[in-house]
Amino acid sequence: MAPILQLKGITKQFPGILANDHIDLTLGKGEILALLGENGAGKTTLMNILYGLYQPDEGEILVNGEKVTIHSPTDAITSGIGMVHQHFMLIPVFTVTENVMLGSEPVKAGDFLDRKKTAQKINEISKQYNLEVNPDDYVKDLPVGVQQRVEIIKLLYRNAEILIFDEPTAVLTPQEADELFNIMRELTKQGKSIIFITHKLREVLEISNRIMVIRRGKVVGEADPKTADNKKLAEMMVGREVNLVVEKDIKKPGDVVLSVEDLVVADQFKNLVIDHISLDVHAGQILGVAGVQGNGQTELVEVVTGLHKAVSGKIAFKGKDITNCSPRVITEAGTAHVPEDRQADGLVLPFTVAENLVLCSYYQEPYAHGVVLQYDKILENAEKMIKDFDIRTPSPFVSVGTLSGGNQQKVIIARELSRPIELLVASQPTRGLDVGSIEYIHKRIVQKRDEGCAVLLISPELDEIIELSDRIAVMFRGKIIATVNADEVSKETLGLLMAGIIPEKGEIASKTEKVVEATF
Amino acid sequence: MKNNKNDKQDLGKVILNEITGEDPKSPKKKKSFWKKIEIPFLAIITGLLIGGILIGATSQSVYAGFAVSIWSGFAALGKEIGTAYFSLFTGSLGNPVTIIQALQSGNATDIRFALNPLLESLVKSTPYIFAGLACALAFRAGLFNIGVEGQLFIGAAAATYVGYAIKGLPSYIHMPLAILAGAAAGALWAIVPGLLKAWTGGHEVINCIMMNYIAYRLTTYLLTGPMTRPGGGGMPLSPMIEKSAYIPQFFQSPIRFHLGFFIALAFAVLVWWILFKTTWGLNLRTVGTNPRAAKYAGLNITKTIIVGMAMSGALAGLAGANEILAVNHSMAIGLSSGYGFDSIALALLGNSHPFGVVLAALLFGVLKNGATRMMVVSSIPIDIVTIIQALILIFIAAPAIIRAIFHLRSSKEDTAIVTLSSWGGGK
Repeated sequence: MAPILQLKGITKQFPGILANDHIDLTLGKGEILALLGENGAGKTTLMNILYGLYQPDEGEILVNGEKVTIHSPTDAITSGIGMVHQHFMLIPVFTVTENVMLGSEPVKAGDFLDRKKTAQKINEISKQYNLEVNPDDYVKDLPVGVQQRVEIIKLLYRNAEILIFDEPTAVLTPQEADELFNIMRELTKQGKSIIFITHKLREVLEISNRIMVIRRGKVVGEADPKTADNKKLAEMMVGREVNLVVEKDIKKPGDVVLSVEDLVVADQFKNLVIDHISLDVHAGQILGVAGVQGNGQTELVEVVTGLHKAVSGKIAFKGKDITNCSPRVITEAGTAHVPEDRQADGLVLPFTVAENLVLCSYYQEPYAHGVVLQYDKILENAEKMIKDFDIRTPSPFVSVGTLSGGNQQKVIIARELSRPIELLVASQPTRGLDVGSIEYIHKRIVQKRDEGCAVLLISPELDEIIELSDRIAVMFRGKIIATVNADEVSKETLGLLMAGIIPEKGEIASKTEKVVEATF
Repeated sequence: MKNNKNDKQDLGKVILNEITGEDPKSPKKKKSFWKKIEIPFLAIITGLLIGGILIGATSQSVYAGFAVSIWSGFAALGKEIGTAYFSLFTGSLGNPVTIIQALQSGNATDIRFALNPLLESLVKSTPYIFAGLACALAFRAGLFNIGVEGQLFIGAAAATYVGYAIKGLPSYIHMPLAILAGAAAGALWAIVPGLLKAWTGGHEVINCIMMNYIAYRLTTYLLTGPMTRPGGGGMPLSPMIEKSAYIPQFFQSPIRFHLGFFIALAFAVLVWWILFKTTWGLNLRTVGTNPRAAKYAGLNITKTIIVGMAMSGALAGLAGANEILAVNHSMAIGLSSGYGFDSIALALLGNSHPFGVVLAALLFGVLKNGATRMMVVSSIPIDIVTIIQALILIFIAAPAIIRAIFHLRSSKEDTAIVTLSSWGGGK
């Protein structure tokens, strides 16, 4: 029998870059194929070709042994190919039923929508594949994990046989990820085939039947999850030896640098997003804030860096009250901020690399005399940073938007870490980056901590938090529900805490100094 | 500026690099230069071609020609278009034959008169330069200043008032004072929508349009009331300004070429310097390009928006002051032929770069000046030129049309014109 999907010699050329170089891929029926590669390796391009968003320059796509041409996502769906995007394509104010039927609405008696028929079919699907969901719920009320199920149902409703999952665990808690894996296994058991795109090695080994590694647009090899290990896969991805474990000495924390007391923050709709939290970060200490995205971490960072106003409470930097000060005052006091969204907040994309490297200090000597910019000094700084931080750019004059994500992040890291700082606020510093860049950025953050800098690290990636942090605070619904020493807590416990479940009090309380009581 | 390596290069090259936004050290300079200008260039050519067809279509003799035979029809068409564009050319740049004869005669008056069409084009370009700079500067700061017209009127009124009400000052104080008054009044007028945007998030486009209406009515009131000309019979006309407030003209009447043109060029350089060489300019451009990053970098967005609108308004006010002090010497209601609205087109045409705006303003000045001559010689309505201008702008605003006509590939780094950042950007 022919494999359900076959790609033969897919080649796609972009100006200046060969994104896919004669890629061959075979997907058997009922198989989970993991597509592993760094960012910019060409995974996304390949999937976009499969999903009809790009046309390949060369090569052909065969579904069930028959050649198909895919010009649009509609063609892809017709051929039985569906994609679960990393960022859900759902309309929050619609119900599950309405979201599922959108685009192929069944009608009755003329032009009236037949919601009942769709709801019925959703129930059938959810029963068949163990995808528990209520068709009448509004999507906005559903937890992220369930929203993802709705996305999957959308594809099954359209009779997709091949499902592509693009970084599906990025937004999930470890428990939700496990649930997703169960769903994926159930799907393959019933004959669906899955392509799973990720750069998380642990997940690949856990779920896939076969692993394909892509590097610089080429297939560099396949691996069997039964025999492969983390280190080997990482080396295949990056093309050199990788140090996955961050080397870090035990360090005695110094004085309190950042102290947050009884902080309350509301969002623009006056909803409470941070609910009376307190925390201290010491010199030479990394405090990791763990939590599923959207539990107040973003606002915590914004309030500490002056981008968002606090309702009440106090934030002090080295004993000085900086609550509701302007970002510039806080920056000049000796803090640095690596923002969560590098393209929206951290960089001005059309500006040059050199200009972006002085974005927070261009108005000061030596970059400006009075109001006149000293471009020779700005350039000198850029050349030094490019060398010191290994930023891969053709020149300091290219606009920063043309660099890869990893190098964009390096521009921010270079700008923020090169200043004399005593507090670093790093929000998801490695989001969407490849293994090589992650390794580098982790090293830099730990180096800063060793120099005596206090670090507030926010990340939804549990692995990152555990590896880097000295202490870990877990946020859930705007509260810090626990603060623990990093070497005394298990990943499972943290996972439960992230989901808002406080394990047996005795177990954790014995290991921690302080548990902030939480009510649910 | 010390240590500037560009100092040694020839000026023309530097200006070209600036317009095209290319760094001279960048390796792929040549190709990019053509890439940057190909759309405006082809848009102008295409606009003139289609304009030619329109000239033919509106001409009686062409129809008469086609009635006789197809050949005489085409002959008539060619003759019509030829006459029209030749008169457009001689009317705006001068007749080469007359210029050569004048030069041969060596008579100073003849030479001046032969060159007058060119000089008059520069006179017509001057308000376009100021107004275009006003709009371009606002675009760079992410603001859509559609109120240039109103700011221009208010600037003109202020310059007029200072021009006639203050007497007995020496020229070297009075003229700069009147110019300054125009700039200040324009700035104040523009600050209002700036403040509204910064404080309440009210969109500057709406508020600028409203400010335009207020400016029209206010100047009508002023010109018929407090500022009316004594013995003017209630006509909306101001008194003549003092001679000491005149921006000097270089030649005797009727040649109107004046110092204002060079002031405008100086301001283009100043705006370029502010935008690209100072921290103020970087503030403006950062807020205009990515307000969130500007906030992150610690910029005061409110202040930057207000400063940006004030600077833009000052330039608009200068456009008005220039017309009064250099050309009209008194204020009437028909002061502006829509310079304020053309300024948006100019900023667009010049890619919001000060030097690009100057080139665009020269093009507009030439077309406007030549159109008058064209109408006299070939009885082609002056509106044809307006249509040609409109066509050029449409092609620039919708480059896909030009790409389709000339089968150009769209470049990856498409010249994203900065106008749109204002829409929906809110604060």
